[in-house]
Amino acid sequence: MIRRTVLALAGLMMATSAPVFAQAADLKVGFVYVGPVGDFGWSYQHDQGRQAIEAEFGDRVETTYVESVPEGPDAERVIRQLAASGHGLIFTTSFGYMDPTLKIAKMFPNVRFEHATGYKQAPNVATYSARFYEGRHVIGTIAGLMTKTNKIGYIASVPIPEVVRGINAATLAARAINPDIITQVIWVNSWYDPGKEADAAKALMSNGADVIMQHTDSPAALQAAENAGVLAFGQASNMIQFAPNAQLTAIEDNWAPYYVERTRAVLDGSWESGDSWKGIAAGEVKMSEYTNMPDDVKAAAEKAAADVASGAVHPFTGPIKDRDGAERIAAGAVADDGMMLGMDWFVEGVEGDLPK
Amino acid sequence: MENFIISMIIAATPLLLAAIGELVTERSGVLNLGVEGMMLMGAVMAFAVANSTGSTPLAILAGAGAGAAMALIFSIIVLSLMANQAATGLALTIFGVGASGLIGQGFVGVALEPLSKLSVPFLSDSTALGRILLNHDIMVYLALALAAGVAWFLYNTRGGLALRAVGDNHESGHALGYNVIAIRYMATLFGGACAGLGGAYLSLAYTPMWAENMTAGRGWIALALVVFATWRPWRLVAGAYLFAAVTQLQFYGQDWGLPVASQFLAMAPYVATILALVIISRDVNLTKANAPACIGRPFRAER
Repeated sequence: MIRRTVLALAGLMMATSAPVFAQAADLKVGFVYVGPVGDFGWSYQHDQGRQAIEAEFGDRVETTYVESVPEGPDAERVIRQLAASGHGLIFTTSFGYMDPTLKIAKMFPNVRFEHATGYKQAPNVATYSARFYEGRHVIGTIAGLMTKTNKIGYIASVPIPEVVRGINAATLAARAINPDIITQVIWVNSWYDPGKEADAAKALMSNGADVIMQHTDSPAALQAAENAGVLAFGQASNMIQFAPNAQLTAIEDNWAPYYVERTRAVLDGSWESGDSWKGIAAGEVKMSEYTNMPDDVKAAAEKAAADVASGAVHPFTGPIKDRDGAERIAAGAVADDGMMLGMDWFVEGVEGDLPK
Repeated sequence: MENFIISMIIAATPLLLAAIGELVTERSGVLNLGVEGMMLMGAVMAFAVANSTGSTPLAILAGAGAGAAMALIFSIIVLSLMANQAATGLALTIFGVGASGLIGQGFVGVALEPLSKLSVPFLSDSTALGRILLNHDIMVYLALALAAGVAWFLYNTRGGLALRAVGDNHESGHALGYNVIAIRYMATLFGGACAGLGGAYLSLAYTPMWAENMTAGRGWIALALVVFATWRPWRLVAGAYLFAAVTQLQFYGQDWGLPVASQFLAMAPYVATILALVIISRDVNLTKANAPACIGRPFRAER
């Protein structure tokens, strides 16, 4: 039986590597998106990255994408299909694809995988993310200066460390400007549901929030804010056309530089597994044009972005206490990557429960 | 609290629109499971027309028309070709989801002005009741008017009687001289048009943009609401508002600091619907007495 398995695996490996030589393109790159490209948010930006690869490499590279793949067994099926159909590099763009990616990677050692926002690597699985919390630091600074009711409304998706990190970074930055500011969090338990996001925004606004932040993928909350005359921030893309009077800025995901670099590495043969976590400095996190704010706030925002990019300021600089009063980061110290990746506690000033 | 009730009324409107149409369809004996797909087609066509022409009435009509067109496909397959109604409805749902995504590709990232709110000059702002009841856009009132119209039609007119007769016993209806197939066609087209209106409300007023799959399961909720309401229009209105209230509690509850986990609140509307359905169906005879007896059964004229 062991011999049968080895022969079968060898046959599978030969079958998957053969098509790579048979294609006209040197490399096939596959993408798995958790939402529709039409979300104008997270998946849309990944697709912009994909298009950048096509623009850069032309005929040498052929790209495919599969959108709206739910995290779970469906993801495994899609990733396996991409790996088995001759793709040499596959980007899986959501946290929940972590285990399926690793599982398929073991079965296809010649295919390289890039898993977004994950934390487990393998010889042929690299992880990458962007330091969105740096962007949150900037918008927290802006919110701190613009809020009049001292209440920030935060529409959060699912309680994973990345989302908690964003909430904490924004709250810390806002409270550094004004220690009376409170962040009210509402969980919508979904990355993408325009109806729910709009409802959550209305609920937050009715309870006194006058600046809305979100970690969900559609512009619905911005529209609700625009209709109510409240300020808000765009997420993943510049959403100014949905809220010309409400959007202050947006945290834009810019995957193009990383995607092009990694594709080039595969074509050169220099691709290696690892973890990439770049931020504003490397251009992976961009702040959209600052609008609807007075010039001094704009200057403060630009300074905050420049400070974070140069390393002069770290969004998680101690002393930082969590909601129960325990000190998590000592005075003068900064949070290291490990603590940030596993963050499961809220800082002081955040209201709303944190489901475990 | 006031904002909670306002949000509740707005959230109930797409459900009410889709469900009242489905109620008429099911009362005539046709089980239309394609409501979700028809809502999405209504949403995308309404958005497309509103974006291209800038005319809101035209967009609303387009939404209704798209829903009716989908219902026409459904009716032909189910009434003239006598295919299985449940399977065809499901197929049409999947078709609607995909077709709307395809049509809507060009409209991603496009913003639209939301439907303007009607307001009575003094009353709307001054009193709490005025703010709650009088400050909505036209489709909210249209939904309630439609529910009232359907109730009146079903129980106070000849046509309504014929429709109910055909749904309860199509053989007798045929013997009496009613054109069963024609009545069912009209009822299904009306149901599809209402589902399209429900979808149009989502893309024109609720979140004035197009996003794939933006109905997020509301069509299925509408189907459940029809059963929950034992096929009676005023109970349907109550059910729609109840469901919307529990849905909004998901967000306002977190804001008010209710000591309930957010995931439980997210689940609550669906659990409430199931509980209501269980309570209503606990007496088998009562359920049989309330449901249109011929629902889902194809009609073939014997003589």
